[in-house]
Amino acid sequence: MRIHRRLPRTLLPVLAVAVLLAGCGDSRHWSLKNIEGVMPPLRFRLTDDSGRPATAGDYRGKVVLLYFGYTHCPDVCPTTLAKLAGSLGALGDRADGVRVLFVSVDPKRDSATVLHRYVGAFGPQFTGLRGGQDALRTLTRRYRVSYGYGKPAADGSYEVSHSSAIFIFDRRGRIRLLAQQDDDARAISHDLRQLLAEPEARS
Amino acid sequence: MPGLADLVAPYEFSPTVAVVCAGATALFVRGWLRLRRRGSAPAAWRVLCFITGVALIYAVLQTWLDYLSQHMFWIHRAQHLVLHHLGPLLVLLALPGPVLRAGLPVRLRRPLAVLPLPRGPMRAICRSLQHPILASVLFAGLVWYWLLPSVHFDAMLSIRQYKAMNWSMAVDGLLFWWLIVEPRRDAPGTPGYGTRVLMLWFVMLPQIAIGAWLSLTPHAIYSVYNVCGRAWPIGPLTDQQIGGLITWIPASMMSMLGALVVLRRWRAEADPQTAATRPSRGDGRAPAMHPLSGTDKG
Repeated sequence: MRIHRRLPRTLLPVLAVAVLLAGCGDSRHWSLKNIEGVMPPLRFRLTDDSGRPATAGDYRGKVVLLYFGYTHCPDVCPTTLAKLAGSLGALGDRADGVRVLFVSVDPKRDSATVLHRYVGAFGPQFTGLRGGQDALRTLTRRYRVSYGYGKPAADGSYEVSHSSAIFIFDRRGRIRLLAQQDDDARAISHDLRQLLAEPEARS
Repeated sequence: MPGLADLVAPYEFSPTVAVVCAGATALFVRGWLRLRRRGSAPAAWRVLCFITGVALIYAVLQTWLDYLSQHMFWIHRAQHLVLHHLGPLLVLLALPGPVLRAGLPVRLRRPLAVLPLPRGPMRAICRSLQHPILASVLFAGLVWYWLLPSVHFDAMLSIRQYKAMNWSMAVDGLLFWWLIVEPRRDAPGTPGYGTRVLMLWFVMLPQIAIGAWLSLTPHAIYSVYNVCGRAWPIGPLTDQQIGGLITWIPASMMSMLGALVVLRRWRAEADPQTAATRPSRGDGRAPAMHPLSGTDKG
C-alpha cells in the first residue's frame, strides 16, 4: 500500500528528466534526410583502388559517405562526385575527417587502376572500392540498393542502373543521413560539419 | 543474371514467412486427406486454389521477386496485387477453415477450438475489422496509405517498415476476401450478398483513381527507386505508368471477379431447387462439419 502511494512521487523526477532529455534530444537541424537507425551500421569486405583488402573498420573515426556507381557512367556519377568534392572543399582542413567511398557496381570494366585514376581526380578523401558479385550483392542488399546491367550495344558498351543515394555514416560507423540527387553541396557540407562536431565515443 | 537457385531461394530469408506458408500448406493437405478418408473432402480444385494462393504469396515475399519488387515500382505493384488481392482470394476460395481445423492434430484441436469461438477476442477483432464499411475503408485505405510518397519512401529504405507494409497487405487481404467469399449460411452474422457487391464496387473506385493518378502524372512521383537504384535500366516514368496500370486495371478486375463469386453464391442460396437438393443437417450421411460441398461445385 505504502509503496503504491509513493510510486508516483519517485517516478516524477524520472519523468522530468525523460521529458527534458526528449526535449533537447536533437535540437540540431539536418539539411539532409535523417535516417538514423533505419539501416544497419557500415560493414563491408571489398578491395580498394590500390588492390588492398578494405573493411569498414579501416574507416572508423572518419565520417563516411558511401556511394555506388561506375566509371563509365556518363553524367550522374561524375556530377555527384564533383558535388561531393565541392562540399568537402567548403570544410577546409576538417575535410580530412571525411572519406568518400565510391563502390563500383561494374567491376568487370572498373579495374583497380581505372578506379584509382578516376577517384583520384576528385580529391585525396576519395577511395574507390571494388569486389566480386557476391561481395557486391551482400553490400547492396544490406543497404537496400540495386544495380543492373542493360543489353550491350554493338561496340560492347552497356548501361548500368545504380542507386543515386549517398549514405552518410558517423565516425562510429552508424547510419545517419541520406543525401539525394537534388541536395546541393551546401546542404551536404552543413550536415558534415555537424557530424564532425560530434564527440567520437571511445569503444 | 539470377540462376534457378536464386529464383526459388529466399532473397532475404524470413522464418515467419517460411513457417506460416509451410505450416498452412501442411495443415491443409493433412486435413484434406483426413476429410477424404471420411468421404467429405472438398473438390480437388479447391486444394489447387489453396496451394496456388499460398505459393504465390510465398513467391512474392521470399524469392527473387521480392528483390525485384524492392527495386522496380511496377513489380512492387504486382507484388501487392498478389498479396492483397489474388493470393488471399485464391486461399479463401478453398473455404479453408474446416479443412485446416481437420488438419490439426487431435490433441491440439480442442484447446485451439476455444480460440475461434464467437466470444473469443481474436474472433471479435477479426469480425470488427470485417464490418462492411470499416473493411472497405481499411482495404482501400491501405493501398492509399502505403502509396503516400513519404511513407513509400521510408518503407523502401527501412526493412522493418517494408515488412510491416507487406504483412499488413496480406493480412488485410485475407480479412477482406474472407468476408467477400464466405458462404452466408456458414456465417449468418456476415453482410448480405448485396452489401458485398457494394463493398467490392466501393473499393474499386479509389483503386481506379490511384491507378489513373499514377499512370497519368507526367513526372516521377517516387524518387526512392532512383535513390536505391532500379533492378535494370528503365525510365522512371515508364516504370510508374506500368505500375499505375497494374493498380488500375487488374485490381479492378479482381473486384469484378469477386462480384461474380458473390453473385454465384447468392443465386445458389436463393434458388429453392439447389437449396432443396442440398443435404440438410440432420441427414445422417452428410456430416455437419462440412459446409464445403454443395453450393458451387464445378
